[in-house]
Amino acid sequence: MTALQDRTSATGKPDDALVRFTEVKKSYDGIQYVVKDLNLDVAKGEFLTMLGPSGSGKTTTLMMLGGFERPTLGHILLDGKPVEKLPPEKRNIGFVFQNYALFPHMTVAENVAFPLRYRGIRGDAAREKVKRALGRVSLEAMGDRKPAQLSGGQQQRVALARALVFEPSLVLMDEPLGALDKQLRERMQIEIKHLQTSLGITMVYVTHDQSEALTMSDRIAVFHDGRIQQLADPKTLYNAPENRFVAGFIGENNTMACSLMGRETGLAVVKMADGSTLKASDTVLSADADLTLSVRPENIMLAGDQTPPGMNLFSGIATDVFFLGDHMRLSVEAFGGQTVTARIPIAVARTFAPGETVHLACMAADCRLLEG
Amino acid sequence: MTASPDIERIRTFVAVRRAARPARRAAFSLALPLVAFLLIAFVAPILYLLVTAVDNPETKTVLPQTLTALESWDGASTPEEAVFAALAADLKIAQENSTAALVGKRLNYEISGMRSKVLAASRMVAGMDAGPYREAFLDQSDLWAAPETWAVIQRNGASLTPYYLLTAVDLKQSPTGGLERVQPDQAIFLTILGRTLLVAGMVTAFTLILGYPVAYVLTIAPKTIAAVMMLMVLLPLWTSLLVRTTAWVVLLQSDGVINSILMTLHLTAEKVQLIFTRVGTVTAMTHIQLPFTILPIYSVMRSIQPTQLRAARSLGAGPTSAFWRIYAPQTLPGVVAGCLMTFILSLGYYITPALVGGPQDQMVSNFISTYINRDLNWGLAAALGVVLLIVTLAIYGLFLRLVGADKIKLG
Repeated sequence: MTALQDRTSATGKPDDALVRFTEVKKSYDGIQYVVKDLNLDVAKGEFLTMLGPSGSGKTTTLMMLGGFERPTLGHILLDGKPVEKLPPEKRNIGFVFQNYALFPHMTVAENVAFPLRYRGIRGDAAREKVKRALGRVSLEAMGDRKPAQLSGGQQQRVALARALVFEPSLVLMDEPLGALDKQLRERMQIEIKHLQTSLGITMVYVTHDQSEALTMSDRIAVFHDGRIQQLADPKTLYNAPENRFVAGFIGENNTMACSLMGRETGLAVVKMADGSTLKASDTVLSADADLTLSVRPENIMLAGDQTPPGMNLFSGIATDVFFLGDHMRLSVEAFGGQTVTARIPIAVARTFAPGETVHLACMAADCRLLEG
Repeated sequence: MTASPDIERIRTFVAVRRAARPARRAAFSLALPLVAFLLIAFVAPILYLLVTAVDNPETKTVLPQTLTALESWDGASTPEEAVFAALAADLKIAQENSTAALVGKRLNYEISGMRSKVLAASRMVAGMDAGPYREAFLDQSDLWAAPETWAVIQRNGASLTPYYLLTAVDLKQSPTGGLERVQPDQAIFLTILGRTLLVAGMVTAFTLILGYPVAYVLTIAPKTIAAVMMLMVLLPLWTSLLVRTTAWVVLLQSDGVINSILMTLHLTAEKVQLIFTRVGTVTAMTHIQLPFTILPIYSVMRSIQPTQLRAARSLGAGPTSAFWRIYAPQTLPGVVAGCLMTFILSLGYYITPALVGGPQDQMVSNFISTYINRDLNWGLAAALGVVLLIVTLAIYGLFLRLVGADKIKLG
């Protein structure tokens, strides 16, 4: 944890950063900026994920790092040297594309050997490296096949082997698992993470899948609207989102408008739309800003006799009840018309009838007050 | 007991086939009109063409008695009176039926001057009541004394002849029956065939050189620009061939647009001969054939992922290397299909060389047309058609062998 915290503030230590974006801006039409004022350091050996919805600027950022787009303004340093004007083939960066981009007219082995010929590695030395790279992704036996004869997961592995065979210090991945089914995707996430740690590669990974980002990353940069909304390790990001966008994008969150009334023993007291008051953990903020109270469904429980004192209590009218195997999903209308969803573990759940009044509780520490 | 699962399986199979029968019938009946049309309008004419190239009815039908009499001929000397009498009898009938010209024309292909001799002889025998005919024929022309003449008549008694096909490749049958080259002054068809292949090859090369970059730009250009470009590519296809060719005549002629511009700009002091030249022919044909080369290449290029080039670059290949090692090989199916289409279509060009080309640019099709329209020599026209068909099929087969059938992508 502390190491990660240090890395977050690595801006002051240039020797630690393999990649550094300084004040990078990108515009395609000269009017609208796709990437606005990007400042980002990627440390050596780090797995950094750029997470965001489509159009958030994450892929453009990756393409600028890969050399396929030029920043409109600002600088990108790779290993301390500016690379904005360096063509992709001179950057020595491994790149895995969304659709793998394997060369269909070459065999798997020829695909993997492709980057080696540009580095003067030929003959037995090249064959040895190809064998080792394919071994790393358990595809030794597939060298003579054409990419079209492989399954999606195998093609993905070939793309990985091809990007790693020339031992780049930095590997970029653009939604590489998007086309795979769920089970395979989860297995590949673990394989990629293993490869990255065992080879000590620095990896910059782009995805819109938050669970993928949470599984694999050392740090996640959440992109929205051309800016990094929050840059933190997965746990911090999940438990302490800094703004409303991050709270809504990572995991599920109930967000409700509220206003700050005052403070009480280190907690904020907020007034909800219907006039009721709740306590919330307070990281903010100016009192006059528009505020949002955010609480995750799994942190809302049924209120009863055993409910410890000091918790936020509220009640609502049940609207939807879904049975989901290990838990029950209960939506209630509370605080004068706002929908609040709770995840009730099946062990403590009972049946609810729509229209029934339900009493709920949540801890003040789990209620986060956000600006915006 | 053991057989029952098998029987069950067969029953299931039969039931599945039976259930699919209405769909099969429907599919077949939908295709039937086209199949019938192709049989009548495409397959039948080609078969007729193949037959015409070897068909040889004239001598057999007009001179049957002569051919019978020639069976006992020794082949080395001037025949006996009996043969001449038979010829006279045949020619009397031919004179009545006005078929003497037919056989005269046919024999004239192989012995020049025969047409007039046959016509004169048939007029002569019409006025004679009785022999001896031998003297009369020999008085009329020395040709009747030559054994070669009779050998040709005898050979053409067969209902099929290799004559037209041999002529189409500058060969002939020697009097002894072997093959020999025709006299150099008559050997024109191999030259014409070679010229046809050369012009088609040049047109193919130029359409590829001009079309490949256009196809590439079409795939990467923004939608609106690509749409306009595509319209310009397709425009020649929507204009009649004759109109396009005539437009080139207007441009290329001595007082035409190109010459006027060159003169006005003082780029040339004299008018440049553009029309009735190889340059003009190839230029006009290239323009007309461009869409046929571009469209298959474009369709293949569109299916290549744009990330392919990026991947190659990221792995260390420079732009040129990435293009030649990654992009170009993947466009090969389209290039082969486009070139094949243009090459084969160019082999059959007729209107454009006729209007824009000079005498040295006339292709096989122009000669086919001449033989059909002017000389009424359908046999030779058909034989030239057959030779062209065989060359086309051979080139197609060669391409298939070289690049593989799966590598040719026309759609």
